[in-house]
Amino acid sequence: MAQTATELTVWIGGAAGDGIASAGESFVKACSRSGYHVFAYNSYQSVIRGGHVCMHIRIGTHKVYTQGDELDYLIALNADSLRRYGKRVMPGGAIFYNTDKFQATPEHAGRDVQLVGLPVMELVGNQLMQNTALLGALMQVLGLDAAAIRRLIQERFQKKGEAVITANLEAFDKSAEYAKAKSRPGTIRVGAGDGQRRPIAGGNPMMGFGALAAGCRFYSAYPMTPASSLLHWLVKFAAKTGLLVKQCEDEISALNMAIGAGHVGVRAMTGTSGGGFALMTEAVGEASMTETPVVIVEAQRGGPSTGLPTKTEQGDLFQLLGASQGDYPRAIFAPRTLQECYDMTILAFNIAERYQCPVLLATDLYLAERLETFEGVNITQVPIERGELVTQGDGSYRRFLITKTGVSPRALPGTPGTVYTAATDEHDEDGIVISDVFTNPAIRVKMMEKRMRKMEFLVKDLPPPELTGPQDADLTLVGWGSTYQVMLEAMEAMNHGGLSAKGGSASGGTVNVLCLRVVWPFQAAEVRSLLERCKLTMSVEANFTGQIVKLIRMETGLSIRHHLRKYDGEPFEPRQVIEQARKILQTKPRESVVATVVSDEGIPPDFSPIESPANGAEVSRQH
Amino acid sequence: MAHVKDYIGKVKPDWCPGCGDFAVLNALQRALAELDIAPHTVQVVSGIGCSSNLPGFIHAYGFHGLHGRSLPVASGARLGNTDLTVIATGGDGDGYGIGVGHFVHTCRRNINMTYIVMDNQVYGLTTGQASPTTEKDIRTKSTPEGTIEIALNPVGLALVCGATYVARGFSGDHLHLAQLMKGAIEHKGFAVVDVFSPCVTYNKHNTYPWFRERVYKLEDEKHDTSDFRLAVEKSFEWGARIPLGLFYKVERPTYEDEEPALRSGIPLARQPLERPDLAAIMEDFI
Repeated sequence: MAQTATELTVWIGGAAGDGIASAGESFVKACSRSGYHVFAYNSYQSVIRGGHVCMHIRIGTHKVYTQGDELDYLIALNADSLRRYGKRVMPGGAIFYNTDKFQATPEHAGRDVQLVGLPVMELVGNQLMQNTALLGALMQVLGLDAAAIRRLIQERFQKKGEAVITANLEAFDKSAEYAKAKSRPGTIRVGAGDGQRRPIAGGNPMMGFGALAAGCRFYSAYPMTPASSLLHWLVKFAAKTGLLVKQCEDEISALNMAIGAGHVGVRAMTGTSGGGFALMTEAVGEASMTETPVVIVEAQRGGPSTGLPTKTEQGDLFQLLGASQGDYPRAIFAPRTLQECYDMTILAFNIAERYQCPVLLATDLYLAERLETFEGVNITQVPIERGELVTQGDGSYRRFLITKTGVSPRALPGTPGTVYTAATDEHDEDGIVISDVFTNPAIRVKMMEKRMRKMEFLVKDLPPPELTGPQDADLTLVGWGSTYQVMLEAMEAMNHGGLSAKGGSASGGTVNVLCLRVVWPFQAAEVRSLLERCKLTMSVEANFTGQIVKLIRMETGLSIRHHLRKYDGEPFEPRQVIEQARKILQTKPRESVVATVVSDEGIPPDFSPIESPANGAEVSRQH
Repeated sequence: MAHVKDYIGKVKPDWCPGCGDFAVLNALQRALAELDIAPHTVQVVSGIGCSSNLPGFIHAYGFHGLHGRSLPVASGARLGNTDLTVIATGGDGDGYGIGVGHFVHTCRRNINMTYIVMDNQVYGLTTGQASPTTEKDIRTKSTPEGTIEIALNPVGLALVCGATYVARGFSGDHLHLAQLMKGAIEHKGFAVVDVFSPCVTYNKHNTYPWFRERVYKLEDEKHDTSDFRLAVEKSFEWGARIPLGLFYKVERPTYEDEEPALRSGIPLARQPLERPDLAAIMEDFI
């Protein structure tokens, strides 16, 4: 049987340039406005036209944590998508396609799957409206209320004028009527939504929103997937909110500009991915040495090097930890959810200013670019903590005064009587450089200790790690950042049999989750005490070497027993986590098990990257 | 009225005796005093190198950052607080070598700030290697057989990249240099002052006497500072005669003028952090 009546999945597959993202977003928003919980993940390639793109959309009457791993309804915008995914469509589902482009036959699909072919040209008279037409048929077969999506069509084409809106609405309606006449209602149905209009976003917009809420006034960046959509989201609100967005010549400039703005008292942020962060690293230490607050977003993608530009991975942990030379105070957070993308960005600005140091926010493509509904975030009482600011001096001010906490009262340039120089060379309390002629080992030691002392206090100001789920579970899933929700879904399925297809009965035990959101300073005492309570442990990490496992062992001396890893660029699927967790629980292996899972993207056996990916379309790359 | 001594920092410069940078520091202090700009409203930003130690020697806010990165930090500081007079300083290695990418783009941007480059045509702090402005065939510690590359033309580069005030001074004439700096600071836009600032320790070729025999002032020859092509032509004049003075000056809207976030006129650093408009932004997610 198909998935339960509380949720269903729709995939929209085609080539880049087919308008998948916009069609998908219309459908997604129509659902989020109609009282459903939604999760969408767009799997795409580093190509602007051609290639293969598939948006995985899951909607439910309950919270949906991931894109899921089943396929109920497929919109195939090209024959390639039909070949890749047709057989995966669940019995009772349907495949939608444009009969002007290709023909589908029953052998393309699984048992009891409807083929809904639309003669787009004959129906709506314009191939440009193919996606609108297919959405019309989809909504009809799903039996979902079309009001919300009709409204979205109006919003989407508003700028193009009334004629385009009318044409698209007509295309939508005619296709829905056609589907009503020529096809059966789908038997995989989702129950009625709860009527709430839920907000929907990805990690990047949520971090941008958090930054605005925290009073960020300066964002400098160099474009790089998957951080670019943070730049795009922020610049959309720049004029309205008085945020200065500066596209720079490179990432070195981006971070140094943010540091310049931070130095004069502006809450400043920059964002990039692993390659850009590699260029920024020297300036991370610069911010810490000059005690300048700055926030840096690192949205990870598949490495090494330029690696997989449009794919997800959690492979940069040690680059984040190892960035810049020498020992210096800083914090590294790894938000796990959209809510935390917002909250921890605000926290990052407060920590950066209170402790006068850089704060790094690590996400990845999967968290940054997903679309997910979320419950309301706190926008009425945003905590803003700047630390002590000196507004007038008498000339005796010492910018880098040695204090108990290591934090020195801060004076901003422009303040009378507090003139100082902030130097990246070692300096004394007064900011006077001791590296040239006055090198003084005693002062050096005091200044190093002063800066590093911040970490002792900073660590106490961070949200503690926690075990999610039953505290005495038989197996603990361990990870960091974006894999949180797939672990939660696996946990709920195994503990409660929440998803009937996956079942909880034969699990062999219960599961809980230890997923870190604070990477540095490492909360060693808390993590150790949580891990000591755990029975079996299994890490779930999207990288090759098990990076968080290494960090945990380094900081606590404790080893995670078993491991599930993925480095194919696609996110974990719930089933992959459940199957391995179940195997560990049932077999209780004596030796440490390191398992690797790979997503099946339905790539045809005769696939060749040498062939032109699009039908004569000009191909350009996205980096 | 401010006085030169108001800009004297706590630390005595530790440059080699006879270093051209003393005159640059002195000229900058004089220019600021003559313009009567309060020290606490001045932000000096530098990178790394002998000349980049300057912020420590002047009484003003300073940021002594990474090698080659003075211009991005200065740009961020200036955009962050437009009430500040921002001056970036450094050497030829810092600005024309490791930091030349930033130089090119900062010229394009026309942010209202001044960039003073103490050009000694050698890497001094790292003990005498060839720099981007070292002349061809000069023997240095890293080029014992003579440099193979030709020297970069900083004035020409500034011009073609769009700097709106481009001048060259000489440490051997600090009063003239101070006037060029005054003009640069007063200029509304990105002003570049390249300064021949001889390294008495490592550059035995481009010495004070070497320059004195060759330099002349553009203003003495009634140079038209609004003629871009002439300025570019003059920037290539090298050898028997080397021009000093203001090559080119033009008014163009600054980055600050055209940046929407700065339209209110209130510096970003002085704007409140609390936001009343979050609910409206939230609507975008629905």
